[in-house]
Amino acid sequence: MTTLDVAIVGAGPAGLAAATLCAERGLSTSLYDEHGGPGGQIYRGITTASRARAEFLGEDYWRGATLVPPFERSGARYVPGATVWALARRADGTFGVSQSAGPPTARYATTVEARAVILATGAQERPFPIPGWTLPGVLAAGGAQLLLKTSSLVPRGRVVLAGSGPLLWLLAAQYLRAGVAIAAFLDTTPRGRLAQAAPLAPGFMLSPYLAKGLDLVRFVRRRARVVEYVTALAVEGKDAAEAVRFRHGSHEETLPADLVLLHQGVVPDVQLAGAAGCALAWNDVQACFAPVVDVWGGTSVPGLYVAGDGAGIAGAEAAEARGRLTGLAVANALGRIAGTARDAGAQRHRRELAQALRGRAFLDALYRPADAFRMPHGDTVACRCEEVSAATILQLARDGCAGPNQMKAYTRCGMGPCQGRFCGLTVTELMAQAQRRRPADVGALRARFPVKPVTLGELASLPVGEDALRAVVRSPD
Amino acid sequence: MFARLPDDAATDVAITIDGEPFAARAGDTVAAALLAAGRRVFRAAPATGAPRGPYCLMGVCFECMVTVDGRPDQQACMLAVAPGMRIETGRGVRAVGADAGTPP
Amino acid sequence: MTTRAYDVAIVGGGLVGAAIAFGLRGLGAKLALLDEGDVAHRAARGNFGLIWVQGKGRPEGEYRSAQREGRPVSLPPYAAWTQRSAREWPRLAALLREETGIDVALRQHGGLHVCLSPDELAARAQRLTQWAAQAGNEAGVDVLDRAGVAARLPGLGPDVAGGTFCAQDGDCNPLRLLRALHAGVAHAGGAVLAGHAVTRIEPAPGRFVLRTAHGTVECGRVVLAAGLGTAKLAPMVGIAMPVAPNKGQVLVLERVRPFLPLPLETLRQTDDGTVLIGDAQQERGLDDTLDPAVLAAMAARAARVFPFLRDVRVVRAWAALRVMSPDGFPVYAHSSAHPGAYAAACHSGVTLAAAHALALAPAFAADAWPAAMQPFSPERFDVRAIA
Ligand SMILES: Cc1cc2nc3c(=O)[nH]c(=O)nc-3n(C[C@H](O)[C@H](O)[C@H](O)COP(=O)(O)OP(=O)(O)OC[C@H]3O[C@@H](n4cnc5c(N)ncnc54)[C@H](O)[C@@H]3O)c2cc1C
Ligand SMILES: Cc1cc2nc3c(=O)[nH]c(=O)nc-3n(C[C@H](O)[C@H](O)[C@H](O)COP(=O)(O)OP(=O)(O)OC[C@H]3O[C@@H](n4cnc5c(N)ncnc54)[C@H](O)[C@@H]3O)c2cc1C
Ligand code: FES
Repeated sequence: MTTLDVAIVGAGPAGLAAATLCAERGLSTSLYDEHGGPGGQIYRGITTASRARAEFLGEDYWRGATLVPPFERSGARYVPGATVWALARRADGTFGVSQSAGPPTARYATTVEARAVILATGAQERPFPIPGWTLPGVLAAGGAQLLLKTSSLVPRGRVVLAGSGPLLWLLAAQYLRAGVAIAAFLDTTPRGRLAQAAPLAPGFMLSPYLAKGLDLVRFVRRRARVVEYVTALAVEGKDAAEAVRFRHGSHEETLPADLVLLHQGVVPDVQLAGAAGCALAWNDVQACFAPVVDVWGGTSVPGLYVAGDGAGIAGAEAAEARGRLTGLAVANALGRIAGTARDAGAQRHRRELAQALRGRAFLDALYRPADAFRMPHGDTVACRCEEVSAATILQLARDGCAGPNQMKAYTRCGMGPCQGRFCGLTVTELMAQAQRRRPADVGALRARFPVKPVTLGELASLPVGEDALRAVVRSPD
Repeated sequence: MFARLPDDAATDVAITIDGEPFAARAGDTVAAALLAAGRRVFRAAPATGAPRGPYCLMGVCFECMVTVDGRPDQQACMLAVAPGMRIETGRGVRAVGADAGTPP
Repeated sequence: MTTRAYDVAIVGGGLVGAAIAFGLRGLGAKLALLDEGDVAHRAARGNFGLIWVQGKGRPEGEYRSAQREGRPVSLPPYAAWTQRSAREWPRLAALLREETGIDVALRQHGGLHVCLSPDELAARAQRLTQWAAQAGNEAGVDVLDRAGVAARLPGLGPDVAGGTFCAQDGDCNPLRLLRALHAGVAHAGGAVLAGHAVTRIEPAPGRFVLRTAHGTVECGRVVLAAGLGTAKLAPMVGIAMPVAPNKGQVLVLERVRPFLPLPLETLRQTDDGTVLIGDAQQERGLDDTLDPAVLAAMAARAARVFPFLRDVRVVRAWAALRVMSPDGFPVYAHSSAHPGAYAAACHSGVTLAAAHALALAPAFAADAWPAAMQPFSPERFDVRAIA
């Protein structure tokens, strides 16, 4: 089997940029993504969407189109439809990257060898555990946006957007520009946040980025009913969403709704990194875990790098710059370029990164979700897969449960197919609350391979060596 | 639930949803097609049997599992539609072995 | 932090320590169960949940490295001890349900070991027949041909040649077992102290001083049941506990409707509906990373037993470390140098949970160490080293 120089997981801006750079520097490079086309989350469908029909997606989206041609010219191998589910670092320092690919009727698994691995797996929606969030008809706003990008689908009927953060405003604007009516936009940003956030980015307050953001907010406010400082948000319905209940000020209100789009920011997808043993650290401002990385994206596991939003939320432009910085570091680590060339090449991308990060602290502070929407109580479902309530977790935490992994053993939270992606942060923060500890001390739910489900047959199709056979067969040697 | 924006380029893809014919569009995932067809409930939750539908649409919540061409537990938001595809919703925990194929 | 004092401290909140602590509750002693934090080597959280009798204590030994190295590995009292535990299990399950409301999903209507070739079956049959004939063995074993296995299991693959069946075998939900044991100790007034990794034990006249990550604990008696951690702690009270890690791996399949009426040695369906596949023995020190090739070998074997599982998804896998003595049998010890100090370790802590709670625990509260525990003394290793 030939060993690749670098295997990259995720074809969003970070992965595309890293792959382009690595291949241009002469490294044998493969880029794997579980989707059928490049772009990642922000530029999903970028090679198939039509600009003429979908100008309303906005210029930030169409920027993605510039990433693909250089990638295609770079000589990097692109493997769409490939889900990477395990990573093993061998004694000799190389990696086995296990993945599944192929049509649904004939999927098979392979393990590719690589000298370095870059994880560019991006972000996922932050859990939004409120009463009724498991009802059909309640969708993540980011998911609804993907429907818009790939299938030109927009809501029909009574749609309510609820939550906070730039993506929610962007989606509202995209819908409105496309002529879709919004029943209400429920802004859950707590009172006083703007005053807290403003001093964090004096320069940013004057920048065109902020002006652009404010334009978006103003546009939405003019065209839709926006309710501010919403608390006590809940979705009601028997077998599917029927209404949204919420409080603003001292006023309680119930709005009929068939479709409720929730969003309160995105968080790094740390499953692969965590399962591969990378040290994770709690980021208190973003209220999430992220892998510990150096300025090049290097993790605590030698040869394993994380680039883009998977290493901490910073947005698409930062993801691109971080992808290139990591690419340079890998080219250097594998002996393709000298340290001086790496550092010289990095200067430009560091400037781009700094540019992209202006205002990040401001946005993080402004849109840090309210405590009540991160730490639910009572019957509210914390773990969707296993339907574990907040109350159960709080009770066991008060009884002295050691941490999220013991909690998982006790309640099955995090044991379902989503593997804790939609309960891990909630469990950590609930335990921290109940035990008066810091989330950093409580720690994270440990992810396990396979990070995405793989069938028994696919797994069985992996090559098995002598060693493995000897370890397993329970019969006389 | 969801409607299409005027979109001339995408071609129709004929599929069936719980036996009913439906015209999906090229580029749709199975989840997109079901939502376009007005479906919100995709399956019964394995833990409790409660009705569930897609949440993330990006392959991480596993709420969108449906039966496709007789194969249970396919992630609807990660699978592209294909002509003639048969999609069945509403299934809960699957049966295997001798019981496979028996309705829940 | 102030010093806290207890009559008995059990060090290690895994299955062995928790079962002993549960057995000691209500004996009038003030108890503390000291455990590490959330992330630790803890076989109790990574095991397969079998209550397994067939072959336990058999002449050829079940621990293959001991076998390979040609060490004598027979311990008939272990077979009897295992069988006693299996008999006591319903009582343990009932106590746990009564006192904590937790149902540990005990099933004891037999278990099967499945063989995938005539050779495998012949070798297995010979060993197990020999085992069943061992002195004092009360558990029977049936050697089944393919038809015999097919009568008990659905949809067998063509490679299944037969198997061995033992009516005393069974399984439970081991995570709920762990939780119930902890809850039982707590309900009875015992202190369950997570985050209290013991770093040093100082024997003092009539008591022991335990230095932990979370302050000092004093106790009249101390039971070391810290799994792999016991190897380091036991010498501090004059006990040799030569246990070492042995890596196993487990695959979990998504929920399916109940199809498997009884557990196989390497594959079982839990009461939640998920299917566990567990196997592999590797000596890799404290490395507990997963090896996809080993998982693939396990998957391939499972798919040969039940081909219909091929398109069921694996949702999770893990590796965990068994607590292995040099011959694979349990080790129970008391300290002559420091009376009041004890140690216990084994690699079948689920199976033996009932024996540990209901038969072994009282020994730690008694005045004299029972003679029946002598065969499990670590002295057996020293003797062999000298011989
Ligand atoms: C649903 C959603 C919508 C968003 N929309 C916007 C937006 O409109 N504007 C904006 O500024 N920001 C948006 N964001 C934020 C966005 O994450 C970042 O701005 C940007 O996409 C980050 O780029 P990236 O390269 O780090 O990761 P991503 O763009 O997220 O790319 C990661 C890629 O990795 C793939 N992947 C992940 N795990 C695996 C695996 N195990 N095997 C194979 N492939 C894998 C994913 O399928 C994906 O294609 C969105 C985020 C989400 C979650
Ligand atoms: C893959 C696998 C499958 C298995 N399957 C089965 C099965 O089917 N049936 C069966 O009967 N058995 C099975 N076992 C074995 C069973 O899990 C163990 O026998 C049992 O868990 C051992 O219990 P223990 O308490 O000695 O060790 P552990 O369960 O490992 O617990 C040790 C505890 O001590 C704590 N500790 C360690 N050091 C310290 C310290 N210094 N201070 C305080 N606390 C400390 C640890 O944190 C831990 O909680 C299996 C084991 C594995 C690995
Ligand atoms: S909708 Fe979340 S995985 Fe498909």
